[in-house]
Amino acid sequence: MKIYLPNSAFLGNIDPFLRSFDAFHPERLEITANKKWISVHPVVLCMIAALGSTVDKKKITCEPLEAKSKHYFERMELFKMLDINSGIHMSEHEPAGRFIPLTQIKSSMELTEFITEMIPLLHLNPVQVEPIKYVVSELVRNVFEHSESKFGAILCAQYYLDSKTIRIGIADTGVGIKKTINRVYPAKTDSQAIELALVPGITGTTSKVGGSEENAGAGLFFIKSIAKVNRDFFIIYSGKALYKLLRTESKKQVRLYADPRKDKHSAKENLPYWQGTIVGIDINLHQKNEFSNLLDAIRRAYAQGIKERKKIRYRSAKFI
Amino acid sequence: MIKIKLLPRVGNFAENKDIARDLRIKELIPLLDKNEDIVLDFKGIDGVTQSFIHALISDLIRKYGSVVLENIFFKNCNENIKKIISIVVDYMQE
Repeated sequence: MKIYLPNSAFLGNIDPFLRSFDAFHPERLEITANKKWISVHPVVLCMIAALGSTVDKKKITCEPLEAKSKHYFERMELFKMLDINSGIHMSEHEPAGRFIPLTQIKSSMELTEFITEMIPLLHLNPVQVEPIKYVVSELVRNVFEHSESKFGAILCAQYYLDSKTIRIGIADTGVGIKKTINRVYPAKTDSQAIELALVPGITGTTSKVGGSEENAGAGLFFIKSIAKVNRDFFIIYSGKALYKLLRTESKKQVRLYADPRKDKHSAKENLPYWQGTIVGIDINLHQKNEFSNLLDAIRRAYAQGIKERKKIRYRSAKFI
Repeated sequence: MIKIKLLPRVGNFAENKDIARDLRIKELIPLLDKNEDIVLDFKGIDGVTQSFIHALISDLIRKYGSVVLENIFFKNCNENIKKIISIVVDYMQE
């Protein structure tokens, strides 16, 4: 596999980075990078670390970074995750208020501990912290419950003070969304599977409305809704497909839809194959939309979505 | 009426579905089978995930019907916790 750290790759402009990823030869990983400046979303780091977790560490090569921003990757512990000596020397800074370095989480209890420990790192107030805890918990538990990844979930986050935005990435190298959804629904493509996974009430564990005992199929819908209400980006990439929720313009009223195809989004179907699932989200903590208002909107959209699903399932008697 | 304090079990952010499932199977279902009323006390809990609440109560609604909500009382819930519980209760009765 080959992956190139570009000059810039955030959720808005991540498509060229995803297209450039070379998934051939999964037994080795070669990392190259822009030589001047690299500025990337945490989801990019998660992807590289996740790939690294699947490869014998002796078969990972990374050219020495020359970019002025190379220290960032050391601080985010990318090289530590890959077991590479970067040769980058730096004085340790207290990470509080800025970032959550790359972290691998493999169990439910590890996640609970991580959520408790990560919050002080961000130095945010309780109202700002609530959606972050929510997103991390739901996404990582999705990995545990659906991905079958033996490497668990890899995540990291960066808070950008200027824009008051936290950017979060989570990656796994499991079975991917299509295989999970196909246990219950006949999605033909990765795109269809991702769209189904975003519909509230649809889960790969049961076809029952309301979900199974432990799974409602609502997690991704909640997370997409958090991004939408905050007028932010959200991406989900699995197999060959990418679904990207685009920002809602400030002039437009935000409306939540149970059907992700109704949201302003872009979809790609022929990207390099990602064995597993990647999720990236931006959450603007400056927005005045409180979590409480979001929950009201979710409740309405969820109810509407279930009504629509029931209508689709409803069959009239055929009198001939 | 049996009161169950959640804070010591789940901490101030209730997200661990494994704990919710165990609580449901090992405590809530046996109590409901004995026709006991249950108070779930959220005192000290700042937030919950929908997944946690789903794992805690959805199967009770499916198993006993919505009438079970006459036997379960949610105490000391903040506004957001009330809303998440309401979302789960709503969709389980749709």
